[in-house]
Amino acid sequence: MSDHESTYVPKTGVEKWLDTRLPIVRFGADYMSLPTPRNLNYWWTFGGILALCLVIQIATGIVLAMHYVPNVDLAFASVERIMRDVNGGWLVRYVHANGASMFFIAVYLHMLRGLYYGSYKAPREMIWILGCVIFFLMIATAFLGYVLPWGQMSFWGAEVITNLIGAIPLIGEPVLIWLRGGPSIDNPTLNRFFSLHYLLPFVIAGVVVLHLWALHVAGQNNPVGILIPKERQAKDTLPFHPYFTVKDGFAIILFLMLFALFVFFMPDSLGHADNYIPANALQTPPHIVPEWYMLPFYAILRAVPDKFGGVLAMFGSIGVLFILPWLDTSKVRSMRYRPTMKVFFLVFLVVGVGLGWCGGQLPDAPVVPGMPSFTLFDGQLNSVLWLTRAFTLYYFAFFLIIMPLVGLKETPLSIPLSISEPVLPPVADAGQKG
Amino acid sequence: MTILKKNTFTMRKTLVTLVAALGLAAVAAPALAAGGAHHPRSGGFSFEGPFGTFDQGQLQRGYKVYREVCSACHSMNLMHFRNLGEAGGPFYDPHAANPAENRFVKALAAEVQVPDIDTETGEAIMRDATPADKFPSPYPNATAAAAGNGGAAPPDLSVMAKARHGGANYIYSLLSGYEAAPAGLQIRPGQHYNPYMAGDMTPFWTGAGPVPAGGFIAMPPPLAAGQVTYDDGTAQTVDQYAKDVAAYIAWASDPRATDRKQAGFGVMIFLFLFAGLTYLSYRRIWKGVAH
Repeated sequence: MSDHESTYVPKTGVEKWLDTRLPIVRFGADYMSLPTPRNLNYWWTFGGILALCLVIQIATGIVLAMHYVPNVDLAFASVERIMRDVNGGWLVRYVHANGASMFFIAVYLHMLRGLYYGSYKAPREMIWILGCVIFFLMIATAFLGYVLPWGQMSFWGAEVITNLIGAIPLIGEPVLIWLRGGPSIDNPTLNRFFSLHYLLPFVIAGVVVLHLWALHVAGQNNPVGILIPKERQAKDTLPFHPYFTVKDGFAIILFLMLFALFVFFMPDSLGHADNYIPANALQTPPHIVPEWYMLPFYAILRAVPDKFGGVLAMFGSIGVLFILPWLDTSKVRSMRYRPTMKVFFLVFLVVGVGLGWCGGQLPDAPVVPGMPSFTLFDGQLNSVLWLTRAFTLYYFAFFLIIMPLVGLKETPLSIPLSISEPVLPPVADAGQKG
Repeated sequence: MTILKKNTFTMRKTLVTLVAALGLAAVAAPALAAGGAHHPRSGGFSFEGPFGTFDQGQLQRGYKVYREVCSACHSMNLMHFRNLGEAGGPFYDPHAANPAENRFVKALAAEVQVPDIDTETGEAIMRDATPADKFPSPYPNATAAAAGNGGAAPPDLSVMAKARHGGANYIYSLLSGYEAAPAGLQIRPGQHYNPYMAGDMTPFWTGAGPVPAGGFIAMPPPLAAGQVTYDDGTAQTVDQYAKDVAAYIAWASDPRATDRKQAGFGVMIFLFLFAGLTYLSYRRIWKGVAH
């Protein structure tokens, strides 16, 4: 919290010397003693999990870069050489490849937590916006990284996604050539993608520092969603360490068990088999799909019949998150006390997963096989295309229409005066506490 | 009591969260490639599942089938002869942990000729392979491979089990699953019908009833009963050949699979114990703290 006073006392002479010149130990100590709402639940552990994910990706990535060769003729074989001949290379590469998926599982849950408990509302707008920047950089980094093994999906994914830039009127074509380093995806593209894939994680790390700085200033939100007044601070908060280090630590280990399950027992289950076929510019795969974590956005892209319109919709679906703090008109943060909004939120969850499913299907495929249908404009009504459009409509309506309107119309439940009120048991029950 | 109940409740919620995350990943996993091919049959492989390991005898037979049949057209560019003698490989010998000294590997390599240059004159020569050599390609270049096979080069088999949905079961099913084309199916010249091959037969179907499953494949049925001699008394049938070579390709695609699973068990046991200890620490630190 901003009014959190430093309790750090330098003990040794070296610490005192350093503290008056570069108070870096004080900075760390203050972070560890940060007053943290005592009612944080396990949904709040994903921040720590994400920090670990970033460290894992950077550490494994640095080792992979020592062995990887960014050349169209050698990239595929160099990745396989890591898998076969580099000591422990299979582990490093599988951790990095599955780590991307784990990173996205954690970031989606982290964002949904923020959405549900209203963590984006004043005074935490900057935490949320910086989080959106991190998310956007993560998508870019993951896309660039997926191109590097130079398999069929790498190549054709790069083809489809860079082509989107070409859809921008007037400047699209020259920008596309500038981005690719030539008229088509080739060695210059692979080289710059490798360079940028190495750069962006450090940009992410920089924005993470800002994200944490903003968090330190505004303080953490909590499941009740109310601000903790200064006079309640002693009662309603606990120091971050050891209370939340141990809680986050426990959650991190559970998360690592899920991570290890994928890395050691089904390392290729989240990827696409076609990416084990070396890239071939002359052979288009029958079905080009991005990695699972991009599928909802890929679905939104394909929902719009016009190519440039699709690009705008896709970027808009992420862009809308940036203005979320001003779209929500409700004064109440936590959806615990917003029963109407909670229903819309649950539908939003279903729609999000539904968009992901749609993104992996062929647009013409029927949703219910064998059900009678008719043609509506450019496609069968009973097709993934129209289901995607319905979901896309809800996605945007949720932010642009439902959020502003429900905030004005709904009657929230009564909100506790302090966060200890709902968690401290009634006085009569206190004696039985074990 | 209240605290204990609340703790177990929040823990359960975390587990539910993780299961939900897993479910999300499963739902969002890319759909299978389109095409009405038959679902692959199970080859009953020993290496499936978290405890599965490769059957060394099967890998040896599979290598023999590859060397005598498949390698006439299909390269395995990522494979070296030394790989055959590495831990978990078909010819691994615990008495010769260094594959360069493995007598089986040396003998098998010497059976194959590889291109090289004369170190004194620089002229192109052919010599016996050594364990350090790569498997030679059957064709001098991709154009020659395509020209010799009706315009499409036979794919490299190094990671084939990972490059196809269904992995080893798919390879086994495809190789042993050739059928006479149903009456009413127009076979394209130079193509063969296989019900396990991905494709769409609709444009070629003039018969009555539903469009048959499968697709066209340029490779003629490669295996025939008795074609490869097995020295260990295993049945010399197409079905057995297909199983053995599929197992061999599965090993070649992921030679570290057994190491990986074994390491995985250690990691899971460690994490399980670590989670238990951390949970106990958590309980102790939060003892008497309402939250």
